[in-house]
Amino acid sequence: MNTNAKISVRDFNFFYGESKVLHGIDIDIPEKEVTAFIGPSGCGKSTFLRSINRMNDIIPGARVEGRLTIDGQDLYAPNVDVVSLRRRVGMVFQKSNPFPKSIYENIAYGLRIGGLRDRKKIDEIVERSLHRAALWGEVKDRLNASALALSGGQQQRLCIARALAVDPDVLLMDEPASALDPIATQKIEELVYELKTNYTIVIVTHNMQQAARVSDRTAFFMLGKLVEYRDTRTLFTTPAEKLTEDYITGRFG
Amino acid sequence: MNRIGDRIAITTLALSVVLILAILIVIIGNIVIHGAGALSWEFVSQPPRAGLTEGGIFPAIVGTAALVILMTIAAVPLGVATAIYLHEYTPAEGLALAWARFRASKNRPGRRKLFLRALSALLATITRSAVANLAGVPSIVFGLFGLGFFIQFVGRAIDRATQEPGEVVWGQGSLLWAACTLALLTLPTVIVATEEALRTVPQDLREASLALGATQWETIRRVVLPGSLPGILTGAILGISRGAGEVAPILFTGAAYYLPFLPHRITDQFMHLGYHVLILSTQSPDVEATKPLLYGTVFVLLALTFLLNLTGVVIRSRTRSRLKTS
Amino acid sequence: MTRGRLARNAIMTGVFSVAGWVAIVFIFLIFIFTFKETLPIFTDPEVKKEANLEAFFTKAQPGPTLAERYVWQPTSEVPKVSLIPIILGTLKATIVGLLFACPIGVAAALFSSEFAPPKLREVIKPCIELLAGIPSVVMGFFALIVLATWLQKAFGFVYRLNAINAGLALGFALLPIVYTISEDGLAAVPRAHREASYALGATRFQTAWRVVMPAAAPAIFASFVLAFGRAIGETMILLMAGGNAAITSFSLTDPLRTLSATIAAEMGEVVVGSAHYATLFFMGTLLFVVTFISNTFGQMVIRGMQRRMQGAKA
Repeated sequence: MNTNAKISVRDFNFFYGESKVLHGIDIDIPEKEVTAFIGPSGCGKSTFLRSINRMNDIIPGARVEGRLTIDGQDLYAPNVDVVSLRRRVGMVFQKSNPFPKSIYENIAYGLRIGGLRDRKKIDEIVERSLHRAALWGEVKDRLNASALALSGGQQQRLCIARALAVDPDVLLMDEPASALDPIATQKIEELVYELKTNYTIVIVTHNMQQAARVSDRTAFFMLGKLVEYRDTRTLFTTPAEKLTEDYITGRFG
Repeated sequence: MNRIGDRIAITTLALSVVLILAILIVIIGNIVIHGAGALSWEFVSQPPRAGLTEGGIFPAIVGTAALVILMTIAAVPLGVATAIYLHEYTPAEGLALAWARFRASKNRPGRRKLFLRALSALLATITRSAVANLAGVPSIVFGLFGLGFFIQFVGRAIDRATQEPGEVVWGQGSLLWAACTLALLTLPTVIVATEEALRTVPQDLREASLALGATQWETIRRVVLPGSLPGILTGAILGISRGAGEVAPILFTGAAYYLPFLPHRITDQFMHLGYHVLILSTQSPDVEATKPLLYGTVFVLLALTFLLNLTGVVIRSRTRSRLKTS
Repeated sequence: MTRGRLARNAIMTGVFSVAGWVAIVFIFLIFIFTFKETLPIFTDPEVKKEANLEAFFTKAQPGPTLAERYVWQPTSEVPKVSLIPIILGTLKATIVGLLFACPIGVAAALFSSEFAPPKLREVIKPCIELLAGIPSVVMGFFALIVLATWLQKAFGFVYRLNAINAGLALGFALLPIVYTISEDGLAAVPRAHREASYALGATRFQTAWRVVMPAAAPAIFASFVLAFGRAIGETMILLMAGGNAAITSFSLTDPLRTLSATIAAEMGEVVVGSAHYATLFFMGTLLFVVTFISNTFGQMVIRGMQRRMQGAKA
């Protein structure tokens, strides 16, 4: 077991009711790097991503076998507090989902539910998070405006800022730019590159060029199995598995 | 820490549900316990005697049934027709879009048509608003309307035209006018339920029919109506169950608390279960003596409305689940 | 043959188009004919002597030796027609009813929408519909015969039939309205908001209280407005359980009379065309206008909410 790994997974299986969706995943995800999950639709990459912050718990009939640890701690152990887990592991969704509240309140939300009441501290963290998400300049004069009034790309960066506000170690991103235009996408990709100095990032994407641009390591999934996992440059230039080669050359998917 | 606060909060919320269920059970339980005892064949087949303290409620049952039947005849065809108009003859896109399309069509052919379409959308919006407002009119105001319009205006006019001067046949409270008043009250229920039923018929079916050369009416008659019949039935039944329980609209449009004969013409007055409950509760000289009869009447009335309500709900959920599987 | 079919089509199109006007026409007619019978208050000098806007809202002497106050005694030697006690009674009952139904209805809707397992929800909904299906004359009967006695035993009221009794029974009837519309609004909040909240480490209650409920605020507010409209116009419950005393009192333990109950109680014995008759119709018009405004307002809120929900999805 790689002790440098932030996230360590051993023989991880996932079931929706009777059907088995993930088969025996073994993977070590390093700290403060960007790891990309790629693969055709329905290969299980999003399901696996959501297992890391236990978002699949809210789906009835979801069941898990195997070991998934962060910093050596098994996430699925019986007495784990899911609520505090989700503060350590943040998530950004495919379609941006800001709350129907103001920009300020969106970011302050995570802090308030954590019990923080000091207005000044909240102001500080809101500003810092917006800076980190490269959004501060565009919204600093209208923090009280509705978040829904922002463009799609801005909303997504707001969601990133919102996730960063609670100071997670890990940031999970589920196809964060798939609903955005190329310019907004580029901004998100630059952001991801900056963020990895401070956060461990796992990003699911169906866009192979994006994975090649943005990530340090890439994992290729198919039909619920992890086919290949190595550093990005090697995977895309000299993949070891034929399936991987077929996928990245566009033979299917 | 969070967990305990959460638990307390959720429990409090659950308690409110428990409270509501308790209220329901207590009310129904009380009526069933005290009312079932008064039931007997005599009770439902005999008229009341001895100053309403003995006997049965047969005339009230007959009166209620006659009223409800007349009300249905008045309300259902009209309500269904209104719903058909709203759903089949007005633009589906709503006023905002229809108006926007008209504005955008400057100097282009077909402008007049778009204008008429927008006008039709406007009418539909106002009509829907009127239906919703009709649903919110207090039931006593319906009673006043029944008195002021149907009886004093229409009824008197008919009398002036058909009867000897001074004769009052149509210009007084009767089954007819009470039924018309109640029909107005249940109209919104029927309209809304029918529209919902019409919506369940897929648009493709209509288009297929028109593509085969059928007229709009033929499409409605042969494709849309048969397909939406269960929903229309639901709406009719739910409307009926509501109308059967209303008393305020019939207070001055035809209900009476004691009649020696059963009504046999639509211009006759009638006895009514709900009205009977009102009178027995508030105007009997000896409340204790009439209690058994009162409870029995309430029981019958409640059983009737619940049966109707239940039937409507069952049909509606069966239709909905059939849709989900198809 | 085609001509016959086209003719039939044209006729039916005409029939349906006429039917479409029905609702609009009748709303107008209701207003016109209710208002028509109140016109004598403004036009007929005989009627005006007794019933006029001033008399409706000022004090009078209930008896030759008694002090002046707001009094409703339309059938006494010198008729006194102040509407104040009756309007006050309407407001008292409405407030008690809303105070009971709104918090409990919203709490139940929140539980049902956010915390109840689906099977439980399938049980709660029909029960609420059953409650809604109880005719108001039955609810009034229950309040008159049963509830009043229980309340008196529990709290020792001087008057058996009072504002609390009537208001509580009214609240029972309002519960389904608040519950149904609030629950629809809560269920319509997009799943994405809940997911975003969970992902930030919020508990279920925090999510329900801080995200879902505020997002459904327009629906909840609309449910209150519609319940208000229903409360103002409710007749049977308040007629049977309110005590039938048109007195000017702010106490909730005193009996009351509402506008609708007054119409129901007195219209039967009134002379058509008299001042009393016109006054009762005036009350009816007042009821119609108030509920019309309140319902239109509620509708506007619901439509605005629907538009905003669609905007959020887009």
